[in-house]
Amino acid sequence: MADETTGIGGAAVDVVTLTIDGQEVTVPQGTTLLEAAKGAGTEVPHYCYHPGLSSPAMCRLCLVEVEGAPKLLPSCTTTVADGQVVRTNSDDATRMRRGVLEFYLLNHPLDCPICDQSGECDLQDFVFAEGREHGRGRDAKRVLGRDDFGGDVLFYGDRCVMCTRCVRFMNEVEENPLLTVVERGNRSVIDTFFEEGLEQAEWAGNVVDICPVGALVSKDFLYKARAWDLDHTPSICPNCSQGCNIELHTRDNLVHRMKPRTNPEVNGHWICDYGRGRYEWLNRGDRLEAPVVHVEGRKTAMGWTAALEALKERIDGLGIDTPGGKTVKAVVSPFWSNEDLGAVSRLVGALGGGDVVFRASRADEEVALTGYEGLARRKGLAPNERGAELLGCARVGDDVGQGGLDDLANHDGIVLVLGDALDDQPEGFAPNAALVLYLGAYTSSALASADFQFPVTTFAEQEGTFTNHAGRVQRFWPALSGPGTARPAWLVLGALLGALRGEEGPRSAEQAFGLVASAVESYSGLNYETIGAQGGPSAAPLPVAGD
Amino acid sequence: MGYPYSHEKEVPILSKYFGDPEARTLDGWEAREGYQALKKALDMDPEEVVEAVKASGLRGRGGAGFPTGLKWSFMPKAKDKPHYLLCNADESEPGTFKDRELMRWVPHQLIEGCLIGAHAMGAEHVYIYCRGEFFEATQVLAKAVEDAYEAGVIGDDVMGSGRKIDVTVFAGAGAYICGEETGLMNSLEGRRGEPRVKPPFPAAVGAFGMPTTINNVETLAAIPHIVANGGEWYRQWGSEKSPGTKLFCVSGHVRRPGNYELPLGFPLKDLIYDVCGGMIEDRALKAVIPGGSSVPILSAEEAEGCALCYEGVIEAGSMLGCASVIVMDETTDIVHQVMRMASFYAHESCGQCTPCREGTAWVTTILKRIEDGRGTEEDLDTLVEVTEQMTGTTICVLSDSVAAPVQSSIAKFRDEYLALIRRGERVGAA
Repeated sequence: MADETTGIGGAAVDVVTLTIDGQEVTVPQGTTLLEAAKGAGTEVPHYCYHPGLSSPAMCRLCLVEVEGAPKLLPSCTTTVADGQVVRTNSDDATRMRRGVLEFYLLNHPLDCPICDQSGECDLQDFVFAEGREHGRGRDAKRVLGRDDFGGDVLFYGDRCVMCTRCVRFMNEVEENPLLTVVERGNRSVIDTFFEEGLEQAEWAGNVVDICPVGALVSKDFLYKARAWDLDHTPSICPNCSQGCNIELHTRDNLVHRMKPRTNPEVNGHWICDYGRGRYEWLNRGDRLEAPVVHVEGRKTAMGWTAALEALKERIDGLGIDTPGGKTVKAVVSPFWSNEDLGAVSRLVGALGGGDVVFRASRADEEVALTGYEGLARRKGLAPNERGAELLGCARVGDDVGQGGLDDLANHDGIVLVLGDALDDQPEGFAPNAALVLYLGAYTSSALASADFQFPVTTFAEQEGTFTNHAGRVQRFWPALSGPGTARPAWLVLGALLGALRGEEGPRSAEQAFGLVASAVESYSGLNYETIGAQGGPSAAPLPVAGD
Repeated sequence: MGYPYSHEKEVPILSKYFGDPEARTLDGWEAREGYQALKKALDMDPEEVVEAVKASGLRGRGGAGFPTGLKWSFMPKAKDKPHYLLCNADESEPGTFKDRELMRWVPHQLIEGCLIGAHAMGAEHVYIYCRGEFFEATQVLAKAVEDAYEAGVIGDDVMGSGRKIDVTVFAGAGAYICGEETGLMNSLEGRRGEPRVKPPFPAAVGAFGMPTTINNVETLAAIPHIVANGGEWYRQWGSEKSPGTKLFCVSGHVRRPGNYELPLGFPLKDLIYDVCGGMIEDRALKAVIPGGSSVPILSAEEAEGCALCYEGVIEAGSMLGCASVIVMDETTDIVHQVMRMASFYAHESCGQCTPCREGTAWVTTILKRIEDGRGTEEDLDTLVEVTEQMTGTTICVLSDSVAAPVQSSIAKFRDEYLALIRRGERVGAA
């Protein structure tokens, strides 16, 4: 009998109990057999089915035996029924799947050695798992060759399994039908409409991700790395304030590509082409590698202990605590984590308080993914603007992320810069300042004259969190190791604060976030455990219109 | 009356006015008691009409033989959504040419059947989906619909009954798969002609997402006669399970091929040797395909005692399908015939389902190779296994349609395949 239980959000859901491969499973009504089996730990091979798209049930690979049904049923469209007995591995089902896999290989070029998909290919995986040892095809294969679909997408027709995921993505999710199936029968092939290719799309990179084989590949990634050599690190896309969940794929300490990571609350299975294509800055070579201190007109690289000692002495000598002493002004980059920004505001507070500002580029328009509600390339083109705002930082400057620093440039107290290399500013920034401290990743002409230049890691090199436009706090993990002696800014600033005030700084990003959470009201109750891999909603008010 | 030939054993009901140009016109049709059944039906409760059709035992003439009255009763009674009746005039099964003649000669008979059906199921719109290559038939039908609109037979007030029924003649672009009911719906909606996954079934979610029933031309053409004369009247012909008359499309090596309307259950042997005047040049019969190219081939011995009704042909080892009898004599090269059929299906496969898309083409390639004398005996095993992999594994039955002739011909005419494989000998090559 259908029973009631609590589902997501506490709503009552009807559930049914069925048996899959001898295992009793209880799932909500309306679940497909394929998803129910997945929940029970059985992956039924499939190509055309994708959880983010409609199910045409045409690849015929997910056929399973259902007791009482006259023939095998596609598990992707057949929904569960109470008392159903399903066998995914009955003789009939495995024999038919073996047959279907043989059909797939009839015209497949088997060019795995030069195929980018090799190693993460569903055709390879399923054939190895269930296919015939030898094919029976004796005849010449159909040859279609390669086609440039425009944008970043390249099409190898011979590898295509005609699952039409790409066509359905463009039709149903991007709602920009630029791909179609041309011809019919085994002459059918995916194609664009004449010369109108995917360069007109804004989300077309997703068709490469959802292609189960090597038919659609990324030009950017072409021949760059083998799938099995890449490390995958869960992260957050840094290119706008949407906060899409991604994986950074790295090898030899370089990011090779960005792939979406499924999160139904933020980005589903998708990311935009704008975000996907902007990862090269993470591989920049012009990095600060060691703390540099100006001593008697000479720049000297030194170790952290000596550098922090020198900085402490300078600050102590400024008479911060005395009435009428120097004040602090800071500019931070919203590409740095909540932990880093929180450490800046703590330091500023400890030094008597002062303004903290940030600058970020803004796009004219949002680029919405019309078929997926709530997902867009946002106008704010930095990942942590919301986090900066929640920490009390004020936005300054124009829509290309320049200007707005006159106050800071003329300041006569302490000038603190985190992350922002001030590329729009002239050399010798803040000439009147009593002390210029730059914590950054890159060398900077404006800040080459800074009294202290401390190398810090980027988000890709450390653990931390960003807060997206909707106030959702999301974690990322280190994918790269930082250059030289670069350290996370929260660690450096925590150590400095410790030296100045005798408090012990945070020893881990988790502790650093704990300090942020206690300072920002809307983060109450959040910690690394509650945020987890999928992010935690903060109680932050919704973004203002136009964000 | 058959056309172009007729025979005294025929029971001409649907085909009574074949060859009579006047029956095509509205006046001519009314002079032949046309639209009387519609008038009668409009005075009846829709339920009563469905019951009459149920009582007649009429089975779908498109090939599957599903009871028509039962199919009509699946339509939801609630009127919260538009209901549609589709007439499948996409007659494309190789060997079939009955619907074309029904549309060419007696278009008003079909329109009358459509209107009665629409009344019975509460449909306000009938779409007649014509095969793309049926130029003449489509034009005749379109003219008839135009005339019927003018005369008030179709339109906002059907024959003064207050019922609103529209009829649209829609020409396809000529694809076999658009004769599959859900493929037809997709084509009608302007999409690729690809069959849909069932469930949902058309009675729940059909054309334009609305409750829909789809019937073959011949099925709907029989409706006026059943309504006019009652279900029991229709049962005087045929058998218990296959009542009524049926148009048989006979082609191949007979003296007088053509359409013949005969009671169901008619002996196949008599059809060939009596009605059709026997084999050309009195050559020996080799094989018969009794129901269009997608059913198993019958050998001459199997054809001997075969009765042409749904259950009789199944007993003989094949299916009645749409009763398209293809007769082949001793000069026929079976391998070539099967290859021709397979290549037809490979060409017409919509390409959605992998077993069909790849399988139909592969089977054709192997058959061509065997025909060219480059086959091996393993190829025969491969063909049987591949066609097994194509049976029951796809959305529609197109791929099963290839399996039937291939498997049956290898089982029944293996010698011919082996002769080609071993010695390059071809039957009827001269």
